[in-house]
Amino acid sequence: MLQVSLYRYNPETDEAPYMQDFSVDTSGRDLMVLDVLELIKADYDGSVTYRRSCREGVCGSDGLNMNGKNGLACITPLSESVKGDKLVIRPLPGLPVIRDLVVDMSLFYAQYEKVQPYLQNPTPAPAIERLQSPEERAQLDGLYECILCACCSTSCPSFWWNPDRFVGPAGLLQAYRFLADSRDTATEARLDKLDDPFSVFRCHGIQNCVNVCPKGLNPTKAIGHIRTMLLNRAT
Amino acid sequence: MVTSVTSFSRTGLSDWLIQRVTSLVLLAYFIVIAYQLLGSVDYTSWRLLFDQTWMKVFTLMAALSLAAHSWIGLWSVFTDYLTERMLGPKGNVIRLLCQVGVSLALVGYVMWVIVIIWS
Repeated sequence: MLQVSLYRYNPETDEAPYMQDFSVDTSGRDLMVLDVLELIKADYDGSVTYRRSCREGVCGSDGLNMNGKNGLACITPLSESVKGDKLVIRPLPGLPVIRDLVVDMSLFYAQYEKVQPYLQNPTPAPAIERLQSPEERAQLDGLYECILCACCSTSCPSFWWNPDRFVGPAGLLQAYRFLADSRDTATEARLDKLDDPFSVFRCHGIQNCVNVCPKGLNPTKAIGHIRTMLLNRAT
Repeated sequence: MVTSVTSFSRTGLSDWLIQRVTSLVLLAYFIVIAYQLLGSVDYTSWRLLFDQTWMKVFTLMAALSLAAHSWIGLWSVFTDYLTERMLGPKGNVIRLLCQVGVSLALVGYVMWVIVIIWS
């Protein structure tokens, strides 16, 4: 039997959050953590609340903290997450909890919005498309794949303490995705908005973001590239 | 852009660069001091070392670097933990008081170094 400890909080009925324990029969199967949550919801307590959608690591809905490490519940097998026979599931840290495992991601999205994550190019659009060489296109690899699950930003202490001022690893990865795009012409304006003591430079390079990214991306490296662009521009 | 009137240079890039350059100065200084300490150290040799102009200048550089490095580092710590988000409505006042205390201490240390080295 798998011992699951689940973070529970319903602001309409609970004065404070608490942990609820479940003994879940997995029949020895190496299920994904999301499957365990589905089992609990179906067989033990239908009021357990969490986000989920695609259940294959594409939509980024079920970012959770499992035994202390952020990840997507749908692609995290028990064999990777369980210690002993214990699995502690909490919501993503640092964001306000709406209910149980569901967090309010407004601050996360506000930072994402801040980096203007869309192509900016005022020149007239060509008839078909703006072309890139294979090398220019390759610059975007490792950047465009982000699914905005927030696992990285909510594992970052700098984002915990300053979620309103530090853009966070997810937002900065997207900031660099457009700084690196040969078709984007707003590079200077984008860099202007990032050159303050908080937006980029709150990153101290501890690489929690790299450690937890379920897509294997490297926001710390992207942040390093942004720093280099700022430095090259100023010197 | 997020502005901050209390950061060392007002821009993130300058603070970041200053912190790295000052860390190199401090590293070089501590290597020189460690090298001296590994040899035989007595009052005379220590006095002779610090009587040399290059060592006085180097020590002053290290003291100024330490002050700048500390300010930038502690400013980061204070703006992480001593905020209204963490401490409630009095957070900003507490942070400013701590920053004033740290700045006075750092100015005091630098002045103290100047008095010791150049007097």
